[in-house]
Amino acid sequence: MARPAAPPLRERLRAVGRPLPRHDAWDKVQARTLYAADWQMPGMLHAAVARSPYPAARIRHIDTAKARALPGVAAVLLAQDVPHNTLWTDVPGQTSEVGPLRARIQVLAQEVVRFQGEPVALVAAETREIALHAVELIEVQYDPQPGVFDPEAALAAGAHQVHEGGNLLARWAIRRGDPDRALAQADVVIESVYRCQFIDHAYLEPEAGVAWIDTDGVLTIRVSTQVIEHYRDVAEVLGLPQNRVRVIGPYLGGGFGGKEDVTVEVFLGLLAWRTQRPVKMIWSRQESLLARPKRHPFILRYRTGAARDGRLVAQAVDLLADSGAYAYLSALVLMYAAVTAAGPYRVPHVAVDARVAYTNNPPTSAMRGFGAMQMVLGYESQMDRLARRLGIDPVELRERNALAKGDALPIGQPLDTHVAVVEAARRAWEALGPRRAPSTPAHRIGRGLACNIQPYGRIVWLHDWASAWVGFEMDGSLVVRTGTPDVGGGQAASLCQIAAEVLGLDPGRIAIHIADSALTPLAGTTTATRQLYMSGNAVLRACEGLRRQIVDVAAQLLETQADTVALDAGDAVAHDGRRVGLPKILRECARLGVSRSHLDVYHAPAGDPVDLERGGGRVFPDFTFGAHAVEVEVDTETGAVTVLRHVACHDVGRAINPQSVEGQIQGGAVMGLGYGLMEEVVVDHGVNLSTLFATYLIPTSLDVPDVEPILIESGEGKGPFGARGIGEPPIAPPAAAVANAVEDAVGVRITELPVTPERVARALGLLGDR
Amino acid sequence: MTELTVAFTLNGRPCEVRTAAHRTLLEILRDDLGAMEVKEGCGEGVCGTCTVLLDGEPVSSCLVLAPRAAGCRVTTVRGLGDGDRLHPLQEAFVTQGGVQCGFCIPGMIVTAYAFLRDHPAASREEIRRAIAGNLCRCTGYTKIIDAIASAAPGRGGGAPGAAGG
Repeated sequence: MARPAAPPLRERLRAVGRPLPRHDAWDKVQARTLYAADWQMPGMLHAAVARSPYPAARIRHIDTAKARALPGVAAVLLAQDVPHNTLWTDVPGQTSEVGPLRARIQVLAQEVVRFQGEPVALVAAETREIALHAVELIEVQYDPQPGVFDPEAALAAGAHQVHEGGNLLARWAIRRGDPDRALAQADVVIESVYRCQFIDHAYLEPEAGVAWIDTDGVLTIRVSTQVIEHYRDVAEVLGLPQNRVRVIGPYLGGGFGGKEDVTVEVFLGLLAWRTQRPVKMIWSRQESLLARPKRHPFILRYRTGAARDGRLVAQAVDLLADSGAYAYLSALVLMYAAVTAAGPYRVPHVAVDARVAYTNNPPTSAMRGFGAMQMVLGYESQMDRLARRLGIDPVELRERNALAKGDALPIGQPLDTHVAVVEAARRAWEALGPRRAPSTPAHRIGRGLACNIQPYGRIVWLHDWASAWVGFEMDGSLVVRTGTPDVGGGQAASLCQIAAEVLGLDPGRIAIHIADSALTPLAGTTTATRQLYMSGNAVLRACEGLRRQIVDVAAQLLETQADTVALDAGDAVAHDGRRVGLPKILRECARLGVSRSHLDVYHAPAGDPVDLERGGGRVFPDFTFGAHAVEVEVDTETGAVTVLRHVACHDVGRAINPQSVEGQIQGGAVMGLGYGLMEEVVVDHGVNLSTLFATYLIPTSLDVPDVEPILIESGEGKGPFGARGIGEPPIAPPAAAVANAVEDAVGVRITELPVTPERVARALGLLGDR
Repeated sequence: MTELTVAFTLNGRPCEVRTAAHRTLLEILRDDLGAMEVKEGCGEGVCGTCTVLLDGEPVSSCLVLAPRAAGCRVTTVRGLGDGDRLHPLQEAFVTQGGVQCGFCIPGMIVTAYAFLRDHPAASREEIRRAIAGNLCRCTGYTKIIDAIASAAPGRGGGAPGAAGG
């Protein structure tokens, strides 16, 4: 009776695991995809925003008479015209008694402006040119205030108060064991301060959208967003029932966290409601760089204690982040930082003290990596220094300390899936191959390694869920409906591959409708590396439900048992090879009254807020681990760093589409190199000096090497088919890997990002002034 | 405000626009002619997103004043294919995974088309240099370079740019 063992899952898969071309890519190469700014409506107005030129000021008076009198102007709105002028962001589980439990953002500035570029007034006009002209005619009298522009200064006594209630927005603390004593007794203690900078998401598609009152009276907003659920925010601001606002999310021209908070949708809602006409708003690149939230700069103070054999005994970390002028998601970003600050390592004694302060700098909020990525510079620079101090090979040192399945993080969360740190480090390092020779006698070659831990999925306290609907048409083609925004990572196409797998269909037989808050079941945000995990599981469940319905009917037609029926190439197949086509099965479903569609919901593992300081337990659903290895060449005459090779290895659980996964890793790694080597939003006393693409430099094809991705497929992720999230993780290791490689090459440690030629030259003593 | 009439061909089709002299080619393409396949990424000539061919040469249409296009052939990514058939470059971007968000792609493909037409046997390093003026924030460029290299006619990719255009 012995049955042959089933082949491994990977070999049984038909669609999942294949590098299938994405359906959206066919549209995009023909430029058929209509992004948010490409939408046109009859009678459409064009909108623009008047913004504060000052980072800190009181508004004495606003005169809009000239703007209103300009021919072609349809509406000018100020704070007093906004029914509810406050947007709220919930911060569940916030432990600090200081600072607001809920983050507040004013829609339009009322009495006070707190950062340069803060919106003060809105205009809608017949043309964009008239709208921009009207913005210039709005006369605002400001009383500039001193402001505060540094998080340390903001927390000093007597500092300018950005908001009432003090400048400390949030704090988190984590304690395990007795780190002070462990540090005092450690054989080696490495102590250092690291600093990282403001950067911008710099997606190629600036923020844009069109709003109109649809024929059913519903305020409809088609907007480039990672979060269609912002329809609720629009409703709250306008004082409308939530079911009278609809957000449609077209395919995005990139998001990276920058389209997670509201952008244009509330402004569009206000203007469309006021004028009762369609309104379009597009932010210029310069406006986007000036005024959109950035990545948090951090000051990271690390004290790392180890035994002579390299085993870590203690990690004491003090973190201070700059929230800029508004809270947005700062409290949560800080928590991601605190939870991961000790890195993917076993550390018996840990203290993390994390604070985030208000300043009059540009606000900071979500960006790919969300606090956890900034920590890698800290913990991986420390590991590298430790390896050098003790004369231990960098891979070996990580092997001695790496977390493993069954270990618990300092917060007490057990790791219940595979932890691939050691394998990733080894494979990435080995893939660098033979060391290259320097190109001239003035150049030096160096290598660096950096590992990382990055959560995927939202905090378990948020009780996350996603839903999806799948249904067959009578011809056997399939429709998938789910609220997932596609930011460009192939979210929609991966869902089609999952459906194709479960239902035995060619992906070409599937049409997917995404991201419409009125017509697609909500699937939550495309953020937090959660969408493949969450809506992937939702589509999987919905397809499995539909499959059961279909197979039951097919079994009757085939006169066999349902559990012996397979779905393949649009047919149901009995174990003896007899087939019946979907159209016949679907007609039979109709006759029998069996539904041809299925709606399902995936609820992520949930939990109540825990006290991090007391090691309360689970905060995240799971984590993705990885390691990057780079080889760099440093010019000892100029300090210029060139990355020659870059290998990026991550445990992706299972690659639903290997080509898309590789693309995420390569793109994330290059964005991480931009962060490590060249990108910085320079802010001087609250004034943003990087408001042009000519001054805010992101990597071109000449600035980066080909990134070589290595996929580990442990099959142990919590997503469909054992997948893990891979959107955010690859951005995190490159900066630290580069800093480590620079020390390997020329013996100087760069502790502040980006690693510019100037910083390296200064460290090498080439500039003579330090 | 000086207004004038600018006549040119857009993807082989004659067209005529009455416009203020200070408007850009990008503005008249999108706003007056509805050529939404041309995207605006920065408006300052840095990102290459709005690249079109002006008499066969790639230009940032946000930096070209509309009157400059008078009498010229303007080609967008929609003008590269042959009716219902995609240009091999377009197909290569799909099969090689060169497309993520896709916003840079219309400009990227136009740049690559003109480059391969003039350098049908280009090396990867030459391709890397050729697209340095077209920013992409999603892909890290590797799969874009893969796509262009695989479509190079001199490397067996058969992009017909070499034959005619």
